[in-house]
Amino acid sequence: MTATAETMNDELQTQTEKLGGVGCSRKRKEDPRFIQGKGNYVDDIKLPGMLFGDFVRSPFAHARVKSINKDKALALPGVRAVITAEDLKPLNLHWMPTLAGDVQAVLADEKVAFQHQEVAMVIADDRYIAADATELVEVEYEELPPLVDPLKAMDADAPVIRDDLAGKTEGAHGKRLHANHIFTWEVGDKDGTDRAFEGAPVTVKEFLKYPRVHPCPLETCGCVASFDKVRGDLTVYMTSQAPHVVRTVVSMLSGLPESKVRIVSPDIGGGFGNKVGVYPGYVVAIVASIVLGRPVKWIEDRIENLSTTAFARDYHMTGELAADKNGKITALRVNVIADHGAFDACADPTKFPAGLFSICTGSYDIPTAYARVDGVYTNKAPGGVAYRCSFRVTEAVYLVERMIDVLAQKLGIDKAEIRLRNFIQPAQFPYPSALGWEYDSGNYPAALKKVMEAVDYEGLRREQAEKRQRGELMGIGICTFTEIVGAGPKKNCDILGVGMFDSCEIRVHPTGSAIARMGTISQGQGHQTTYAQIIASELGIASEEVQVEEGDTSTAPYGLGTYGSRSTPVGGAATAQAARKIREKARKIAAHLLEVSEDDLDWELGKFKVKGVPGQEKTMKEIAWAAYNDLPEGMEPGLEAVEYYDPPNFTYPFGAYLCVVDIDRHTGETHVRRFYALDDCGTRINPMIIEGQIHGGLTEGFAVAMGQELVFDEGGNILGNSLLDYFVPTAVEAPHWETDYTVTPSPHHPIGAKGVAESPHVGSIPCFTNAVVDAFAHKGVTHMQMPHTAFNVWKTIHRLGLDTQD
Amino acid sequence: MAKQQISFTLNGEAVDALVEPRHLLIHVLREALGQTGSHIGCETSHCGACTVDLNGRSVKSCTVLAVQADGGEVLTVEGLAKNGELHPVQEGFMQEHGLQCGFCTPGMMVRAYRFLQDNPDPTEAQIRAGMSGNLCRCTGYQNIVKAVMYAAKKLREQQPA
Repeated sequence: MTATAETMNDELQTQTEKLGGVGCSRKRKEDPRFIQGKGNYVDDIKLPGMLFGDFVRSPFAHARVKSINKDKALALPGVRAVITAEDLKPLNLHWMPTLAGDVQAVLADEKVAFQHQEVAMVIADDRYIAADATELVEVEYEELPPLVDPLKAMDADAPVIRDDLAGKTEGAHGKRLHANHIFTWEVGDKDGTDRAFEGAPVTVKEFLKYPRVHPCPLETCGCVASFDKVRGDLTVYMTSQAPHVVRTVVSMLSGLPESKVRIVSPDIGGGFGNKVGVYPGYVVAIVASIVLGRPVKWIEDRIENLSTTAFARDYHMTGELAADKNGKITALRVNVIADHGAFDACADPTKFPAGLFSICTGSYDIPTAYARVDGVYTNKAPGGVAYRCSFRVTEAVYLVERMIDVLAQKLGIDKAEIRLRNFIQPAQFPYPSALGWEYDSGNYPAALKKVMEAVDYEGLRREQAEKRQRGELMGIGICTFTEIVGAGPKKNCDILGVGMFDSCEIRVHPTGSAIARMGTISQGQGHQTTYAQIIASELGIASEEVQVEEGDTSTAPYGLGTYGSRSTPVGGAATAQAARKIREKARKIAAHLLEVSEDDLDWELGKFKVKGVPGQEKTMKEIAWAAYNDLPEGMEPGLEAVEYYDPPNFTYPFGAYLCVVDIDRHTGETHVRRFYALDDCGTRINPMIIEGQIHGGLTEGFAVAMGQELVFDEGGNILGNSLLDYFVPTAVEAPHWETDYTVTPSPHHPIGAKGVAESPHVGSIPCFTNAVVDAFAHKGVTHMQMPHTAFNVWKTIHRLGLDTQD
Repeated sequence: MAKQQISFTLNGEAVDALVEPRHLLIHVLREALGQTGSHIGCETSHCGACTVDLNGRSVKSCTVLAVQADGGEVLTVEGLAKNGELHPVQEGFMQEHGLQCGFCTPGMMVRAYRFLQDNPDPTEAQIRAGMSGNLCRCTGYQNIVKAVMYAAKKLREQQPA
């Protein structure tokens, strides 16, 4: 275990600060290039002879494609090709496998199943000509009735979306119950849960709709595909959160050996789950480059991004709790209809069609539970990514954190008190949950009590009572969440059969600086800084002298990438383990140089010292030099190591959040007066970066709770696909955040770290809803559906007649 | 489409470009002139990633035609640092951790550069309002506000008394 700032002695802390090691808020190594306009994002890449691709997209949500006429487009000067499904068929690339075991049309094959679906790609000399030519491609459609409401997907008369699956009663995850049914996924003890409900003194039930939203990173998705006909090599620069897996997929699809495929994720302008999948744009750009022998760039515009690549959520959940009269929960039951769109391209580990939704028992000691998720097709874009969260964890946490409030209201128990009564206690860790997880560590009561004290919880409740007397609307929301991140143990998790390990390769150079190459890829998380800090603390090499490289499959070791808060839990662990391998070799070299036995040496940050002999020591710099010229007999030269780390378990970060809102009873506007976020992510590597990530996650959570929704009309037309309609908070709307922390290290992680960036998104969303609903709790309101826009909140106010009250 | 010659000052240096009348300034800056620091986030003037300074005003270069810059003065992120020294705005963003993925950062900083000339001693609320044309998905703005405050203070200190 690495010492944390809390446990270090003064000397070690001074030395750690000097090296920029674990626990230091050192400035980021990536910033100098970003603040000088020298980042290298995919659209910055310009190759000689590069062409541009642009899509012809479907105006209809559901239609047959009767004909496509390319003639006028091809006649436009500067147009090099127009590619349709017919062109891809001979290559067998008109359909592609999805991460979820389904298939997806790369270009519409005889029919379109969602609005803006890719129908053809125009390849032209520049982006203007390509855009012009998309207007000249003539597509004749025959409209079909669209299916928009997932709750009607399995009606007897529902339009059938997937003609290609006709007669298939088995899907990738078992039996299909209807032409529009994808899977049923069940977990827990159904009979035991039903029995617990039958005999329970108190039960509550609520329908919770989690709207379809989109991660909307500021940079959209895109790629530059470049096939070298002479060498037979394919290089693709791509905004990918998982470049190594993409290389495997591209190799499998194209038939090119994996060694001839190079995927490079350059700087990425935010991902948040949007950049995990493989999209038609990548596939068609690659095909176009191979066929035309020139580099082809494809970059989404914002409307394409919001309409087609990687929505999140769209979970329609019925939650139920059973409890005794004191509010002690005895059982949880959940039924979900999950809208997966027209193709099941959900990004989950293979065996988890509903992701890690079974974390839905939360931070509470719930003895019996059962959850069932049914995935269905609708005429909407495919996706189902984890938007700044671990697979479906946001949905799970929303469910349990909402339901416990509903239960508290029913019993008239304070919402903090009911949590304290139900928490898993510190002594219960490692804690086996009713739905099969083993929580690694936590101290939930301490976290909540710290927050309650910091905000004067009792005082806030008194103020609320007074305001209610005056007819004012004030809400206090609490959320005490537990996340499950760091996918994952190979025994549980794989993507397309590849186990979800991650990797690090470290080389220490003769003069003592080092390079580390990782299987993960930063999209703003600051990996170049934090991994270097881990190495600094493990090897005593200043983080300034550790270069971290990621994203190029030709140089980096194979890894599963960055999403689901897995970089620190898995990649960070690999880093520490690789560094420790180097340290063990360094110990042998030091013993040789000092002519003592290895057992006579003590490690002190940056050097090995002979026990009891002051001054007899060798620094890492001296050892590094010796590794290339003065080694023990028989030892191979060099000082490097590689680690492929398969974590023994997930990590379980947690937190306690509290939100205070004031609601205008005439306009429905919600003002977030205060938001206090306490996070426990175990060992803290760089507190400055952690706090920055928490601010960002909270703001994204605020966006989801208060305004984001991809809205569809009855015809399946998407109504909110530009930044005019889709809510992204500006500096004006974004609340001020107060942050705090406790440190409960993960017992199984080499440095005790758990991952943090997604917790604030996962934890804040139910906290906002809980605060808004709490403002109306005295009027008997138990739930309000997101997003809590002024209009939506006003509708509740108006229904209750509060806007016209004196 | 017929092209025309335009000339303008980019980060203090005279530049020429041959453009179509419909070409957007952001495309000309990035593709013809190789200045890729300014980014494209939406092409609808909402996100501000493409913000540059044109004739003393912040503009979103995704909705400015390149021909509108003819004869003008343009400043982009590449022109903020002078003689190898970071501009106080750049320094502020680094010191106060005002960036994460870095995609919004160039536009955000160029906007801050102009905002602080218009309002050298702003309050937090004024900064939030003044920067509200630039979206950031990573930081939640709190550290961006601090970065602009840092730059404001440093710029004021640099002013001759």
